[in-house]
Amino acid sequence: MSQASTEIVRISGHAGTVAGAGLNREFQVCKLVDTTTCIGCKACEVACLEWNGYTFSETTFDNSYQTMPETAWNYWNLIKFNEHERDDGSMMLLMRKDQCMHCEDPGCLAACPADSAIVQYANGIVDFQEAHCIGCGYCITGCPFNIPKFSPTARKVFKCTLCNDRVSVGLEPACIKACPTGCLHFGTKSEMKELAETRAEQLREVSGFADAGVYDPPGVSGTHVIYVLHDAKNPELYGGLPKDPHIPYSVQLWKGPLKWLGNLAMIGGLVGLALHYMRFGPKKEEPIPPGERADVERRV
Amino acid sequence: MSTNAVSQSSAASQNEELIPRYSLGERVNHWLGALSYIYLLMTGLAFWSPYLYWMAAVVGGAPTARFWHPWFGLIFAGSLFWTFKEWHRDMQIDDGDRAWAKAMPDYIQNQDDKLPPVGRFNFGQKLFFWGIFYSVILLLLSGVALWYTEALPWSFRFVRYAAVLIHASVALITIGLFLIHVYMSAILEEGSFGSMIHGYVTRAWAWTFHRTWYYEVTGKFRPKQ
Repeated sequence: MSQASTEIVRISGHAGTVAGAGLNREFQVCKLVDTTTCIGCKACEVACLEWNGYTFSETTFDNSYQTMPETAWNYWNLIKFNEHERDDGSMMLLMRKDQCMHCEDPGCLAACPADSAIVQYANGIVDFQEAHCIGCGYCITGCPFNIPKFSPTARKVFKCTLCNDRVSVGLEPACIKACPTGCLHFGTKSEMKELAETRAEQLREVSGFADAGVYDPPGVSGTHVIYVLHDAKNPELYGGLPKDPHIPYSVQLWKGPLKWLGNLAMIGGLVGLALHYMRFGPKKEEPIPPGERADVERRV
Repeated sequence: MSTNAVSQSSAASQNEELIPRYSLGERVNHWLGALSYIYLLMTGLAFWSPYLYWMAAVVGGAPTARFWHPWFGLIFAGSLFWTFKEWHRDMQIDDGDRAWAKAMPDYIQNQDDKLPPVGRFNFGQKLFFWGIFYSVILLLLSGVALWYTEALPWSFRFVRYAAVLIHASVALITIGLFLIHVYMSAILEEGSFGSMIHGYVTRAWAWTFHRTWYYEVTGKFRPKQ
């Protein structure tokens, strides 16, 4: 599992084959966030800042416990709070730790034009390589979760790395280590999926949450961060978690059919112009017939 | 130049006589637009395809290209708007253009003698001008959204989605127009490229390709208005 993060299986903006593609060992990692046992203590937020070397950002007070409205380039892990009123009038404080979802089919990577600026490791971690980032912000357009954030001073984009540096040496991510309630888990994708399904079943059958379920959206071919939600039918309640996330259709169109159509048109145009010249040759000026000499004819 | 002097000159020398076609301002503006467009083309194509990413390296690297591309876009747009101010009257499409459009196959087959006479600009040039003009407006609008893409709040993400598609599609249209323009003026039609450098064309060139304009500027032939 730990070596897996050095096996690159996808590279943004890269022509040609990728060395790590085609491996068949099962070492996909996954972070499980059980929102039903989160107490909103923000230890994960602090651990993330400490491990990644960022200082505390100024907080924004918005009549809620939430530190700021959304994640920032130097604040990758944010618990989103929602005071939700249920149909029976009772209140639920929904808390969801928001961070990069590490999509199996990452929109940021699909949109990125810079060779090697975004990589996906064989263990599923999607990582930004800031040394290769050109700061265009296309990843911001490609992401269905509003995660990549632009640093105006660095002119590059940053996001959660799933502690790739820790995972690659056999440690769990910093947020997992800091969680005091055990609502955060880390392991292989299949283990975490199984644990999540067990917990969801418990919520449905024992705790009376009939709609409890696991959030592992198929629109992006699954994610390497999955949630257990009390109400899996309304993920939007959990700080705007999208119901059916997918790479934006315009990005798919742009990076798919439009690219091939455009490339064919450009090559076809060049070939067509060359053929035209060979078939018809240059346009040459013709001598003016004597009767057409304007100065003379028009003045007589 | 007196009438006598002209009538006494030989037909050959009259064919070679130069008449001004583009002012210094028009030429400087053209090359400002052309050079900025070439920069935009190279950096834009680098962002378009991994196979063309090397183009950004040629002009200083991709992060540098990301920084300057929008500014060169502003220069190009400025150049185009100045061109619009100077040329939009000459670029109006009239009945003569409609007749010329019908004869366009003859133009493509280099049978220019079969075409109706044209003024300062022919219908193809007018199409090129308006194509680039409207493209620049779309590129500018979508380009600003891409320039400060991070400043758009999440609820306005549809603007980003529209901008990436519009910017790429319209840029492709301008590339098509650009290829035809460069081919026709620098390769196909002899005498055109030089006229955008030194500003002059020969009388024979004007008579062959822009006959109505030739009469206007040489024959004291009064056009309408």
